[in-house]
Amino acid sequence: MPTAAAHRPVSKDPLPPSTHRVSGGMLDPRQLATSLPDALRKLDPRVMVRNPVMFVVEVGAVLTTLSAIKDPSVFAWVITVWLWLTVVFANLSEAVAEGRGKAQAETLRRAKTATMARRLPADWRPGATGLSEAEVAATELRLGDHVVVEAGQIIPGDGDVVEGVASVDESAITGESAPVIRESGGDRSAVTGGTKVLSDRIVVRITSKPGETFIDRMIALVEGAARQKTPNEIALNILLASLTIIFLVAVVTLQPFAIFAGAEQSIVILVALVVALIPTTIGALLSAIGIAGMDRLVQRNVLAMSGRAVEAAGDVNTLLLDKTGTITLGNRQAAEFLPVSGVPVEGLADAAQLSSLADETPEGRSIVVLAKERYALRGRTEGELAHAEFVPFTAQTRMSGVDLDTSRSLRKGAATAVMRWVREHGGHPTEEVGPIVDGISASGGTPLVVGEVTRQEGTSTARILGVIHLKDVVKQGIRERFDELRRMGIKTVMITGDNPLTAAAIAEEAGVDDFLAEATPEDKMALIKREQSGGKLVAMTGDGTNDAPALAQADVGVAMNTGTSAAKEAGNMVDLDSNPTKLIEIVEIGKQLLITRGALTTFSIANDVAKYFAIIPAMFASVYPGLHRLNIMGLHSPTSAISSAIIFNALIIIALIPLALRGVRYRPSSASSLLNRNIVLYGFGGLVLPFIGIKLIDLLVQFVPGLH
Amino acid sequence: MAGSLTRLLRHHLAALRMLLVFTVITGIAYPLVVTGIAQAVFPHQANGSLVKDGGGPVASSLIGQRFNLPSQKGQPSGSPDPKWFQPRPSAAGPAGYDPKSSGASNLGPNNAGLVKAVRDRRTAVAAFDRVPPSSVPPDALTASGSGLDPDISPAYAYEQVNRVAKARSLDPAAVRKLVAEHVQGRTLGFLGQGRVNVIVLNHDLAALKRR
Amino acid sequence: MNETLAGWLQILALVGALALSFRPLGDYLAHVLTCPRHWRVERLVYRVGGVRGDADQPWPAYLRGLLAFSAVSVLFLYAFQRLQNHLLLSVGTKPVAPDLAFNTAASFVTNTNWQSYSGESAMGHLVQMAGLAVQNFVSAAVGIAVVAALIRGFTRKKTDRVGNFWVDLTRIVLRVLLPISFVMAIVLVAGGTIQNFHGIQSITTIAGDHQSITGGPVASQEAIKELGTNGGGFYNANSTHPFENPNPFTNWLEIYLLLVIGFSLPRTFGRMVGDNRQGYAIVAVMGLVWAASVAIVTANELHSVSSSAGHAAGGMMEGKEQRFGIWASALFAVSTTLTSCGAVNSFHDSYTPGGGGMTIFNMMLGEIAPGGTGSGLYGILILAIVTVFVAGLMVGRTPEYLGKKLGAREMKFASLYILTTPGLVLVGAGLAMALPGERAAMLNSGQHGFSEVLYAFTSAANNNGSAFAGLSANTAWYNTALGLVMILGRFLPMVFVLALSGSLARQQPVPVTAGTLPTHRPQFVGLLTGVLLIVVGLTYFPALALGPLAEGLR
Repeated sequence: MPTAAAHRPVSKDPLPPSTHRVSGGMLDPRQLATSLPDALRKLDPRVMVRNPVMFVVEVGAVLTTLSAIKDPSVFAWVITVWLWLTVVFANLSEAVAEGRGKAQAETLRRAKTATMARRLPADWRPGATGLSEAEVAATELRLGDHVVVEAGQIIPGDGDVVEGVASVDESAITGESAPVIRESGGDRSAVTGGTKVLSDRIVVRITSKPGETFIDRMIALVEGAARQKTPNEIALNILLASLTIIFLVAVVTLQPFAIFAGAEQSIVILVALVVALIPTTIGALLSAIGIAGMDRLVQRNVLAMSGRAVEAAGDVNTLLLDKTGTITLGNRQAAEFLPVSGVPVEGLADAAQLSSLADETPEGRSIVVLAKERYALRGRTEGELAHAEFVPFTAQTRMSGVDLDTSRSLRKGAATAVMRWVREHGGHPTEEVGPIVDGISASGGTPLVVGEVTRQEGTSTARILGVIHLKDVVKQGIRERFDELRRMGIKTVMITGDNPLTAAAIAEEAGVDDFLAEATPEDKMALIKREQSGGKLVAMTGDGTNDAPALAQADVGVAMNTGTSAAKEAGNMVDLDSNPTKLIEIVEIGKQLLITRGALTTFSIANDVAKYFAIIPAMFASVYPGLHRLNIMGLHSPTSAISSAIIFNALIIIALIPLALRGVRYRPSSASSLLNRNIVLYGFGGLVLPFIGIKLIDLLVQFVPGLH
Repeated sequence: MAGSLTRLLRHHLAALRMLLVFTVITGIAYPLVVTGIAQAVFPHQANGSLVKDGGGPVASSLIGQRFNLPSQKGQPSGSPDPKWFQPRPSAAGPAGYDPKSSGASNLGPNNAGLVKAVRDRRTAVAAFDRVPPSSVPPDALTASGSGLDPDISPAYAYEQVNRVAKARSLDPAAVRKLVAEHVQGRTLGFLGQGRVNVIVLNHDLAALKRR
Repeated sequence: MNETLAGWLQILALVGALALSFRPLGDYLAHVLTCPRHWRVERLVYRVGGVRGDADQPWPAYLRGLLAFSAVSVLFLYAFQRLQNHLLLSVGTKPVAPDLAFNTAASFVTNTNWQSYSGESAMGHLVQMAGLAVQNFVSAAVGIAVVAALIRGFTRKKTDRVGNFWVDLTRIVLRVLLPISFVMAIVLVAGGTIQNFHGIQSITTIAGDHQSITGGPVASQEAIKELGTNGGGFYNANSTHPFENPNPFTNWLEIYLLLVIGFSLPRTFGRMVGDNRQGYAIVAVMGLVWAASVAIVTANELHSVSSSAGHAAGGMMEGKEQRFGIWASALFAVSTTLTSCGAVNSFHDSYTPGGGGMTIFNMMLGEIAPGGTGSGLYGILILAIVTVFVAGLMVGRTPEYLGKKLGAREMKFASLYILTTPGLVLVGAGLAMALPGERAAMLNSGQHGFSEVLYAFTSAANNNGSAFAGLSANTAWYNTALGLVMILGRFLPMVFVLALSGSLARQQPVPVTAGTLPTHRPQFVGLLTGVLLIVVGLTYFPALALGPLAEGLR
């Protein structure tokens, strides 16, 4: 089942193993058979004419058919059959590429089956209750309608949650079975039609017109119905069309030359020569390459809204990457305990651990773990400390901690907050704390100050015990990834809300080229515009509504599926896994798409040399025996030589379909070394391979009666 | 419509005026100035490097000539005169060496007519100069590009020495010496090809006879 | 000194001289094409000519000026020839026949200088110097003007202005072509090239025969004929004629002159785009192709046994001058067919199948190594664009050359360009071969006769002008067909180049990164050469197989 690949869960943390290779789905031979009817349907000249190269082959095939009917011979029929096969193979490649999309669309459609919606009246406002609901079909929902969805029901259309919170199963779209939380307000308010509410009740404001929902667009995209030729594809098509015209002229004008030489050629041979020369290999596979490129993105759970966006991804000069989640693991972790003088480090560790026992934030947990690992302090459970009263973090106090009993309280939190707390309890924070805190900040870390109040016989002593150093942890392997990007000529810019000091330290550690600290959406926008004014293409990820303008401005804007619908509207790609690291993979897929086109074009043109050496002596050695010396492959006879060239020409298309679908191997490296590799492989390979292939085919077909 | 026509006309009128300006500068002034300087500084070369004999010019040292016996009726030219060093075959005009119709034979490298002509010339020249056919050099057998080539190879010149000396009753050694004096090496030692100017050689040969 | 060593020295001296002129001439040309100040005499030209020299033009206006100027030139030259008997210095010539006058006008305006006439008998001195030679100047300048506009397309950003045609034309003529031609004309006279206004002078020869010595302002025309890669000889025999090309030194100088602008323009290009290495890469491709071609033609001509006439004569001297010999003739033949010059110092029709076939192939390459003045550079830049497009895809980016993206619009014009010339060559030759009457114009028979026709259309479409001169091309059909082919082969590509220039100039340049395909390295030189050879080879292989290849592989 080809769709299985699409729903493969993608590991998020740490980075997906960098195999230096963008891999794609395999080609199942059965697909060839199932796509055959589609391939035959595409023989309609009105469809074929959109691909000038293959249209010429089809016209040629019609001509040879007529000629073969008029003057039947084994040779004429062999050529005719193989010309038709050439056209069918080309259509087959496109049909197979589309077929994979169709299968995916099928799964999506199942999610779209006639849902009913519970529409609220137009005067509904958040908080209003007791209003009557109307039961309507999902297709009748209009922009701005409000609908109620409760546990077990399917969300009838794309929209934003305006009331309530619910867990939603989005596996129909993302393939991820773990439910996600969707709530009103904030950046997790977007819901997608066709997904299922698992718990609670939400009110959704519909943000898409019927037929234009996310799922509709997805279906259209993967089916290829919305596929338009991309700018680069158009440019390549122009070049291929002009090469086709040149070869057509070269062959048509050859006839008067041949007549003068006393070697008038039959229609069959002339058509065979044209087909052998025009760039059929790339002409046949061009649209499959484009469809497969989009498909490879879909397999990575990324939806590109246009092929243009995929191409642009290959051209990106600057990547804007959010620090959190992309460069660093989502959370900071305790890295060190720094006691003030007079406090043993174990004491600080113990205090820190105690204060964090009830702290379920990742930071809190990391403190417990650090204390346990470094100072062998066992993790105590809450129950152990029966009388302890835990003080949770609040935005007002900006600290959390524990009151063990009446005799001892511990607090950890922002330096100013904890110091104020110590002072309030009559203590005097030592001078030492300041430099420690500043030092940690300067290195990009976050200082958490630990304070203690002990009460004995009515008097309380308050003091600072020390500082916990919380650190951003840079993802493993990210540095190497950035080095790779640099070799590809791509600049990375880290976007963070941290202060410049912190940002600089992390940037240094992660190896990004630049950073934008204390970034506001406006800063981000300005940065994008600045880069673009220098002619650079910018890619970014975003999820919040305030990212929307920047996403729209960026050349490649990847919206997280968890994000708001505004963000998803603004970007030109949506990452269903909401994994910001994927931007790097998207760039690689974009490049791979262009490389595949270039490589097969080179291959296709290089092939012609061998075909000339097969066909020209076959055509003219009878009148100019000297030309027999051009038959360097030693082909058996003129008819077997021409047949072999045409059969090779057709078979190479089939042979290259998997490559077209998978894309050529791509290793991130400099332009020069990439080019060298591809020239050797596809240029020289394309030059040599047909000599061997045609010779081998000739060794077989020479035994066909009528071809010698 | 009328407006665009006037605009088109105006365009072309400006273009014509520019063309006339360039015609005056590069087509009139330039050649006149070059001629003026040429005539003042290099009058001999500018006027065709003429070779004078007594009064009038008898040749341009750059333009080859026929050295034939008077022609028979119906023949464009006579047979080669043994008293003169013979130039290369010429395709300029039916008789050859006609500056009013310079040019080559333009016969292809495998043209049967050319092959035959070369073979016939080899036989004829060998008989004329009384040398073995295999020793006749290529320049004696092939027509030049201009049809006005004033030069032959030193080999061809030396080949003709005995015949000329005999026809003129001169000491072959003296003629050979004359040829040797007229052999020009490559210009600057490496440009072009070594050669003997038949015009100058024959002109000096005539003088040798008188001596 | 032996022949081989002398031959090599002759080539090396030429390469050395070209290398020495590369920087100064290239830089000077760049200065001329970019400097903001006009000379006083130039202002005078603009005023008298009634054109504006102070503002840059968008590409359509630039093209309009160019086409108007060329159209007027064709008409003017046509009228000049038709009326020449009424003019001064007609030296007894008659009006030129209409079809021939059209062919000749088209030929000189397009920088082709194909000659269906014989200079010494058909044209008066005034037509030669004030008609034909004027076009030698301006048609060469037009070529350089077009490439200047193309280069500006690369260097400018977000503008629709590609330069001012009248300024480019005037400056190139007055600041470059005229001064160099002037000096070189004097040098040629010193070497023996004639420069006078004599008519035909009858003399009694040394042997007592009669001979007519021709006159004319030859040196002044000869200098610009080579420098402007025009190639139209004062005489029918062109540079084989001793009055045009009297000795081995003038011969060497003429080869130098016809190559020097073509080989220096890449420097101009590098300078103008602000990266000299880009120019080195281009000149390297030109040099490689030229050197390989020199080696092939020379080797073929020295190997006389490869043809029956050469075998019979013991040397390939048919159609070659004694003073030049094989080496200097092959060097000239290659240089003239690889530029769009078309002057000849030996007749290619009588070359070996290998040598003569190579001169055809040289022209088929599109006159780009180094090509005609200006046209050679824009031709190779178009090929560079095609190369960058395919290679650029293979590095995974939308292809860009010199910071400009090669999208659909750019590829449309580049594709039309590469389509035009082969189309004209093949359709023209195909028609000629299909018409029995026109086939009869061949002098030679069989494969070689076909080569004559193929050569004619290759030469006309590529604006070369040389010929396998056995073909009797002075017929109404050939004059008309070749005239049209020359005009289309010249101006259609110019339209595409200027349109391309306009589309490049509008773009905002893309910055160069490690991911950009480098276009200044040996890798690119090899690639561009490969694309050139493969694309041209594939296009013309069948035709060549029936001509020179069939003749050579006997």
